[in-house]
Amino acid sequence: MKIVVLIKQVPDTTEVRIDPETNTLVREGVPSIINPFDTYAIEEALRISEKLGEGVAEVVVMSMGPPQVETALREALALGVDEAVLLTDRAFAGADTWATSVTLAAGIEKLGDVDVVLCGKQAIDGDTAQVGPGVACLLDIPQVTYVRKIDIEGDTAVAERMMEDGYDVVRAKLPCLFTVVKEINEPRLPSLKGKMKARKAEITTWGAADLDVDHAQIGLDGSPTRVVKIFSPEQRSEGEVLEGEPDETVPELVARILPVLKGEA
Amino acid sequence: MSVFLTEEQQMLKELCAQIATEKILPIREELDESGEFPWDIVRILAASDIYGVYIPEEYGGFGGGVTEMCIATEELSRVCGGITLAFAASALGAHPILLFGSDEQKKKYLVPIAAGEKLAAFALTEANAGSDAGAIETTAIADGDHYVLNGTKQWITNGGEAETYTVVVRTRKGTGIRGISCLIVEKGTSGFDFGKKENKMGIRASTTRELVFQDCRVPKENLLGREGMGFLIAMRTFDMSRPGVAAQAVGIAQGALDEAVKYAREREQFGQPIASFQGIQFMLADMATQIEAARALVYRAAAVIDSGEKNVSKISAMAKLFASDVAMRVTTDAVQILGGYGYMKEYPVEKMMRDAKITQIYEGTNQIQRTIIASQVIKDSAAKEKMG
Repeated sequence: MKIVVLIKQVPDTTEVRIDPETNTLVREGVPSIINPFDTYAIEEALRISEKLGEGVAEVVVMSMGPPQVETALREALALGVDEAVLLTDRAFAGADTWATSVTLAAGIEKLGDVDVVLCGKQAIDGDTAQVGPGVACLLDIPQVTYVRKIDIEGDTAVAERMMEDGYDVVRAKLPCLFTVVKEINEPRLPSLKGKMKARKAEITTWGAADLDVDHAQIGLDGSPTRVVKIFSPEQRSEGEVLEGEPDETVPELVARILPVLKGEA
Repeated sequence: MSVFLTEEQQMLKELCAQIATEKILPIREELDESGEFPWDIVRILAASDIYGVYIPEEYGGFGGGVTEMCIATEELSRVCGGITLAFAASALGAHPILLFGSDEQKKKYLVPIAAGEKLAAFALTEANAGSDAGAIETTAIADGDHYVLNGTKQWITNGGEAETYTVVVRTRKGTGIRGISCLIVEKGTSGFDFGKKENKMGIRASTTRELVFQDCRVPKENLLGREGMGFLIAMRTFDMSRPGVAAQAVGIAQGALDEAVKYAREREQFGQPIASFQGIQFMLADMATQIEAARALVYRAAAVIDSGEKNVSKISAMAKLFASDVAMRVTTDAVQILGGYGYMKEYPVEKMMRDAKITQIYEGTNQIQRTIIASQVIKDSAAKEKMG
């Protein structure tokens, strides 16, 4: 059984600031980490593999990004994943979620014979939660998102998908893609032996030429959307609190809001 | 410091710092209050290959030396010196086996310790034998294939939680230290019981108990080395473990300094942060310098021991003596800098001060350390004269 975990290296956003002049994220000196949700995906992949028994499953971690993403892949290797693949090429740079999904899907296809794809529910820098579903669509495989429990049995998976007021139980045929939430598990820490192995491990690297991919749909040029501006919203003035009993304050509120809604204020 | 660490040692340091911050920090206050034993931390350290970092690879350990022990102990102690003892005291208990055990004994006892499945504890101290270790009275009288143990050990760290005890016993009465031996005793052996858990000033997350032996029969094959080697085994064990105590002290001191600096930068009095006052600055400078000096001595002692030198008692004792005194001074100053807040349990420094005190006392009081150092200094002087 082959399990692929898609991970993204992101800035540690607890430390990120916005440059007030250019309105972009200040990335210099900010440490990079594995997207926190992806650590839960890695842990789940390892648990599934361990449950199936020694040598039955193979866990591959894959990421698209600049060469420095190698450190994130080695962190994953230190946790116990079997193989790491880096998709890196100038041509991939500037990709939005569509172009990213196209690239990752091509990477998974090149890997071949993939039974399970695991992703974190979203990246903490983009927060779109689109890439997981995007990859599933492009691979034409079923997807279950916001998963808090997965049980694999043969060629079927039963997953619990978290909803606001409870959860759905979904059965899917493999191959299938899952995006996971924090409630799914408690990620392990690396071991010393794992870290040492990871330091020496070879990471498979693929560029645009290595993938069977439409070059018009990758990178900045392949991105139908573009991030135009990132800004901190201006602090609004505090507003006004109407105090008193509802039968007094509500009519006052209505009287003041109605003209605004009608465009008369 | 990192200039002198290998890449592997740097990895060890980072991993320990990660475990300390993510896993130990959230529970240290609660465990200090409740005195509950940190089994979860033991499991985490074992899974990370840290619990057996000093145990040779052939017994499932990482194959590190005293330096690796000290790195791990220092990093973990920055966050909690008490919880760290679940690891460090087990190392102390395992060292007699590591140093003097036969291959069978090492296989039998070190493998589960490396895996974090069983803990070890070292048992020397008795009510009437502390600094005067040669005065121990717990007897182990030969009877066929067994030794029969009678007596009580006091203040044994990991007592009751550990499975494997290296116990220093008297096998021959009336012959001073030459009648002392060291036996491995397993928990659950009939006639081996535990006293109540001690209620301590500090390192409260560490469990300290009496060991009570009443006609306890221990197989002769559990003898370490030969009869009469007990005192030597104890002294060699302490030579290896004292830098570890010193590292614990350095860690505690560093944790206290970090808190004090952070506080001094934030706390404003008289219209400015107290870190801008020379009085505070001078204290911080002295604290930082002493910690750096203590750290240098610890890792020098560790390097000397790891290089295979035979006579390491002096440098080992020096590290323990100096670092523990530094820890007591630094933690006291840290409480002073935090002022009223420092005195409150809500803030972490009063615990660090309570934890630091024991480092001046156990594994040989600092007074005993001084006699060891003086004795060697005098010997060295006499030896030089002979040669010259």
